[in-house]
Amino acid sequence: MDRIFERLADIVGSDYVSNAAEERFIYSRDGGVQMPHEPDYVVLPNTTEEVQKIILLANEEKIPVVPMGGGLVLSGLSIPLKGGIVLDMKRMNRIIEVNEKSHYAVVEAGTALGMLSAYLNKHHPSLKNSLPDAPPVATVAGNIMIHGSGHLSQSEGGFHSEMVTGLEVVLPTGKIVKLGSCSTVPYWFSRAPLPDLAGLFLGWNGTTGIITKVGIKLFPRPLLNDGLMFMTEDVDTVPDIMFRIVNTEMCEDLTFFITPKPAMFEGFQMTIISITANSEKEMRLKKEIIRDALRDYYESKEAGFVPVPKEMKAFLLEAPQKNLSAFADVRKGGGFEYVGAIIPVEKIPDAYRAGLDIAAKNGITYSLGGRMIGRGHSFMFYFAYPFNRADKEDMDRVRQALDDTNHAALKMGGIPWKAEVSGQQLILKQMEPSTYEFMQDIRKLLDPNGIMNPGNWEVNP
Amino acid sequence: MNALNFDPGICAKCETYDCLMKCQYMDFDLESAREERWKLIRGEDTRILNDCVTCYACEEYCPYNNHPFYLIVERQEEKGIHPVPKPIEKSQIKAMAPKGVIAPMKVKEPVINMCYFPMMLGTIRGKLFEGASAIVGSDIFCNLMYLHFARNSVIKERLPKMIENIQKNYLEPSGVKELICYHDECYGTYTSWAPAFGIEVPFKPIHLFEYLYNRLSELKSEIKPLNLKVAYQRPCSNRLSPEIDHFVDDIFGLIGVERVNRKYDHENALCCGGVFEAQQRFDLMEKNQTLNVDDMKENGATHCVFNCPFCFWTLSDLVSQKGMTPIMMSDLCHQALGE
Repeated sequence: MDRIFERLADIVGSDYVSNAAEERFIYSRDGGVQMPHEPDYVVLPNTTEEVQKIILLANEEKIPVVPMGGGLVLSGLSIPLKGGIVLDMKRMNRIIEVNEKSHYAVVEAGTALGMLSAYLNKHHPSLKNSLPDAPPVATVAGNIMIHGSGHLSQSEGGFHSEMVTGLEVVLPTGKIVKLGSCSTVPYWFSRAPLPDLAGLFLGWNGTTGIITKVGIKLFPRPLLNDGLMFMTEDVDTVPDIMFRIVNTEMCEDLTFFITPKPAMFEGFQMTIISITANSEKEMRLKKEIIRDALRDYYESKEAGFVPVPKEMKAFLLEAPQKNLSAFADVRKGGGFEYVGAIIPVEKIPDAYRAGLDIAAKNGITYSLGGRMIGRGHSFMFYFAYPFNRADKEDMDRVRQALDDTNHAALKMGGIPWKAEVSGQQLILKQMEPSTYEFMQDIRKLLDPNGIMNPGNWEVNP
Repeated sequence: MNALNFDPGICAKCETYDCLMKCQYMDFDLESAREERWKLIRGEDTRILNDCVTCYACEEYCPYNNHPFYLIVERQEEKGIHPVPKPIEKSQIKAMAPKGVIAPMKVKEPVINMCYFPMMLGTIRGKLFEGASAIVGSDIFCNLMYLHFARNSVIKERLPKMIENIQKNYLEPSGVKELICYHDECYGTYTSWAPAFGIEVPFKPIHLFEYLYNRLSELKSEIKPLNLKVAYQRPCSNRLSPEIDHFVDDIFGLIGVERVNRKYDHENALCCGGVFEAQQRFDLMEKNQTLNVDDMKENGATHCVFNCPFCFWTLSDLVSQKGMTPIMMSDLCHQALGE
């Protein structure tokens, strides 16, 4: 038994550390097409103090540490590119507090979004959290760390990282810090009015520290939800349609999809408008306002609201959406990758055309779509490509499509979201040099030994 | 293409203009009805073409069976009018296109035509449908719904092949001559639309209600009267076969159900509103649905009985919200048999 393994076992208990070949195999990859790299150890801490001890050990031994939440990112962000320790946070899944009146929850970093949602359903039915279209085991912390978004991102303030009210972080040197109001008073209500340091840990792919607790905003849960589906055949109209819907202030979630199957959707764009209300009267009024906003479109007969059967409506309105998971197996073999580019709203037509061109060029099928973020401030456009994991050529084609998509996203004025290492390099090459230098200065300051998820956010990993 | 069997001479002699005067969705006086009707017949622009909500009712109102509704649809298509937004129309034409996967299959009488409602197959069960064969799918779909889209051409193009598919793959090889139509739309296609356009139907269509009545009569001793007061939601395509309506009362008589006497039934029946939604007539949809469902409730109905699955999907939530139980006619009959 090696020395590091024994010290890790001393920290977390022998049941929660492994260097077995099968564990290292599993933690060497995720669901996407990124190349695997094996960790030396897999560790599941149970407390912030255990995380601290592991980080101190890693500093002492100069070994990399890669934090992992649900392991669902698909772009390899929790693949240990340079070996070391994968810190699987799933045991730290306690819901510490729900403050109803101040609309926030405090959870440990391994708390799954589905778990928080289920807990709220049971104990605080008047509140809900924003859910990404990921399997419910995706974690709150993992999602905020990658600037994830979800079904309340349109109406309730943007990316999930923008819903963070406070953080507890173990810095790369082992220091435990609290950020936001919780640093000063016992409440986790807000990052303001203090100097906002949370951004040092959001979007950094775990290269600046280990988030161990999160304060996250909760939102009212109206009694009713319903939806409208608006169908167009001219993608150039979509930004205006989205703009008008957002400006009504009547919709909760606003998404969009394009898919070649089933045949009834091929060649059309579908905008899904989710609406919530506390009474039928309110629901009718909201629908009427949204319909009025698009009246000239449907009166021209060039676009219109599609009558949606109840069963299909339930499917369209569910959060998280299960249809993307089903799409993942369309080629059989269970492979699914996507680039979720964050783009200006007016670039939706460009993204649509780029997606179709890339799919055609690489001979792959696709699902394209996206979600409005923060009341029309940006759009998360996804380019999703399924593949057969048992088919190497299929995986190569998808890998090429992802690379093409990253290039296309940047060219049109968007930025690939939660990009894989090669995508990060593309972004960094286009970034202002001074910004990149500033990022590296911060990393050196926080992580002098360079142990935190090395290889990420580096021009030359 | 098959031409509509329409005789302008019949309209010339008509003095009541029932087709327009009885319309629940357009207002005419006798003079304007006469004027607009002639514009329609001559193929000129008329407000009928844009204002028609495609409820099918004028097919029933015409005392001479001269097919005023089919003429409206013909003219709408000639003029390039799209009652439903074009992307929705195109998408539906694609979605419901024949898949060409039909294969010969031995069937036994009674053969129930489930149109393109595979999700409804579960109702073909029990004593009510003992020994029945059910057929379903895009390759036998009547396509009559494209009347709502002003696309008679789609029906003309597809229907002959559908009829051939049913006859050659199912009925003829099994020596079956009758086809029970679960949906009013299919029955109306074979008894009204196809003859109006000179398309031959080689089998004998039987309406579901006639089948249910006959079958329940055979099983009379096993019926437990339901003692319910129900509202009946008459579907648009039943306007093509109004002679069938008495079977509703006949069936209800057998199973101990009272059809509540209400304003919006029989000739005054209101559309479920689903088509209005597709046509983007949202105010009309909401107004009609409210009038219709309130009328059911105010007249003491505890259940709303449907025969059209599309009407069921459209209205069932609202019916439930008003405290009534939405139910398909076949399921109501199952209940009466304790199934």
